[in-house]
Amino acid sequence: MKKSVLLGTIAAVGVMAGVASAGTLDDVKANGVLKCGVSTGLAGFAAPDANGRWEGFDVAVCRAVAAAVLGDGDAVQFVPLTTKVRFTALNSGEIDMLSRVTTWTFSRDVDLGLTFAGVNYYDGQGFMVRKDLGVASATELDGATICITTGTTTELNLADYFRANGMSYEPVPIETNAEAQQQYLAGACDVFTTDASALAATRATFESPDEHMVLPEIISKEPLGPVVREGDEPWGDIVRWTLNALITAEEKGVTMGNVAEMGAAAGPDPEINRLLGTEGGLGAMLGLEANWAANAIAVGGNYGELFEANVGEATPIGLSRGLNALWTQGGLIYTPPFR
Amino acid sequence: MAMADQPAGKSFRLSMLLYDTRYRSMTIQIIMLAAFIAGVAWLLDNMYANLAAANKNPDFTFLSAPAGYDINQRLVEYTSQSTNARAWLVGLLNTLLVAFLGCIIATVIGISVGVLRLSKNWIVARLMTVYIEIFRNVPVLLWIAFLNAILSETLPQPKDFKGEDAEATMSLWNTVIISNRGVFIPEPVFLSGSAIMLYVFIASIVAIFAFGRWASKDQETTGRILPTFWIKLAILIVPTLIVYFVMGQPVDWILPAFEGRGAFDANGEPYTKGIFRIDADSGINIRRSLIALCLALSLYTAAFIAEAVRAGIMAINKGQSEAAGALGLRQNRVMSLVVLPQALRVIIPPLISQYLNLTKNSSLAIAVGYMDVTGTLGGITLNQTGRALECILLLMITYLTISLSISMVMNIYNNSVKLKER
Ligand SMILES: N[C@@H](CCC(=O)N[C@@H](CS)C(=O)NCC(=O)O)C(=O)O
Repeated sequence: MKKSVLLGTIAAVGVMAGVASAGTLDDVKANGVLKCGVSTGLAGFAAPDANGRWEGFDVAVCRAVAAAVLGDGDAVQFVPLTTKVRFTALNSGEIDMLSRVTTWTFSRDVDLGLTFAGVNYYDGQGFMVRKDLGVASATELDGATICITTGTTTELNLADYFRANGMSYEPVPIETNAEAQQQYLAGACDVFTTDASALAATRATFESPDEHMVLPEIISKEPLGPVVREGDEPWGDIVRWTLNALITAEEKGVTMGNVAEMGAAAGPDPEINRLLGTEGGLGAMLGLEANWAANAIAVGGNYGELFEANVGEATPIGLSRGLNALWTQGGLIYTPPFR
Repeated sequence: MAMADQPAGKSFRLSMLLYDTRYRSMTIQIIMLAAFIAGVAWLLDNMYANLAAANKNPDFTFLSAPAGYDINQRLVEYTSQSTNARAWLVGLLNTLLVAFLGCIIATVIGISVGVLRLSKNWIVARLMTVYIEIFRNVPVLLWIAFLNAILSETLPQPKDFKGEDAEATMSLWNTVIISNRGVFIPEPVFLSGSAIMLYVFIASIVAIFAFGRWASKDQETTGRILPTFWIKLAILIVPTLIVYFVMGQPVDWILPAFEGRGAFDANGEPYTKGIFRIDADSGINIRRSLIALCLALSLYTAAFIAEAVRAGIMAINKGQSEAAGALGLRQNRVMSLVVLPQALRVIIPPLISQYLNLTKNSSLAIAVGYMDVTGTLGGITLNQTGRALECILLLMITYLTISLSISMVMNIYNNSVKLKER
């Protein structure tokens, strides 16, 4: 009995590894649906709305890719994944891409067999505490009990930060953001730490957000972006350039409102023409329709529109563009040219 | 029979392998074995080929690389700079701890409930039935999460102990802090001279066994019944206690305490910098995660053990207890001298599998953030290194070893209570 379990597992691993082969684009086209791994629930980034429709900044990347490949932003099957299973799900072929507040790191890129297709949010790790805790800086957190999600860069940064500052702490490892939030609110931990954007998003869902504050220290760099399997360059290119298309669209003033009109016929700006497929054959080079980028932009707008609609200052999450402003406005959001 | 029908000395033909009942079963077994080995080889080959294709050849060097993460409950020295192998060990010890505590508590509760369920007292028997049905029929993961939620929501937070008119106070004459982070109990510090206490204590345990033998022999010859329980208890405690005072109390206790700076500063002003917390170096912290996990596992498993105990007791012929009663034995003596010793033979085999279940169920620990071996090696290490196959294999070997060890020990015990045929 025990032997057969072992064999079964080995067999399963063998089969799983077998799936992870090239040709994701063909698979997606054949299936007519893009399988996209997202968070289990993080307001503003990936969460089902009241009608069960997935919404959020990470979700928007999935939809844009689906629109670019299949011409339909709704042709996505969202697969909610915990931090623990996200890379296994990608490597095993259970999903076609991962868009799940995932930090681009050396070891993930080089050792885990992943390819990062870009950065859709430049973030850093922060700390959230109750205001009545009376703490104003992360350097006062010596001895704190800290809620962290396991399997993240967060727990590694945290260990480094406290060691470097000669402080001790009690980690409370937790699997999902929702559970961490519940534990933190119940006072089972003094501090909740994760990416600052996720802190803001979590805080926005609290009954009384004013009782909590995010400490000023940002202790790490967390460039978050979509991920694909290593070894399928053409598919990686599609995801990378779909994200780049959204950014270029903001740069060039192509919006959800005017993309149909601008994509109808060639206009005066040659880069817009190449982007929207009215000139040149960029789409064909990717193995997609000429209007792939126009389709992607039409789903929810360009990068800036997606940001404002999902996590921007007008939303309860209220993030300012900051590092995520276009390079022309002093931020880091930049894309290679479309030519 | 077929074998006898064969004319003696007839030469061997190949077809006999199939048609001759003397060889047929052997042939089938050899074919099965060959097929099995071929199947395994195919699976392994497939696995290696696919892993190689995915650029992931099995590689265990990650075990000696720094783990990089911290673990809250450490029974051995461990820092984030320790290796992944060390994290594995820390997790393993945490698994063993919760399994050990869980098995003991489950056995105590299970036997009590099992016996009480057969009680003549209608209410008691019904209550036990309700307990068993409730716990057996709800998944253990829910019980773990439920108990954890209850503990974290209802017990006071550290800040509730703060200030002049705090909402919560320490328990048991200020020696224990019960909070939603865990229960902090005094920690003994053994000074010189305490070794003698240990020797005396060990001697007491030996003495208890010796006394037990002597008492039963004495009872056999004279028929005298001594209050052995109380005498044994006295042997256990009294000598050690005497040595404790004779040696000038060589054990110090570190009491759990709140960190001073969190409450008031030197001027008596409420100190606002830093976190008001229970001093991590004071006392022993029995974490909430351990309590919740251990309690849930043992309450759940106890329900099954109780059923096994009941079945075991019912398997003993009613005539036995009636005969014992007729001899004038009191109810509880009938149970402990006549029924339970025989029932044990029926109870122990299912008990073994309940111990194994409890141990394996402890791998649900991450639900409450308890860092068992599934949480360290099979959780964080797996995740951070991406060595899924290696970690899972090691994890399976770990659980297999633990389970087989438990089985072995329990089987030895089972043999010792088995009906001795003379
Ligand atoms: N960026 C970090 C952390 C990502 C992460 O998982 N963050 C948590 C924050 S608590 C999250 O968003 N969880 C969403 C969920 O629970 O599904 C990483 O890639 O390791």
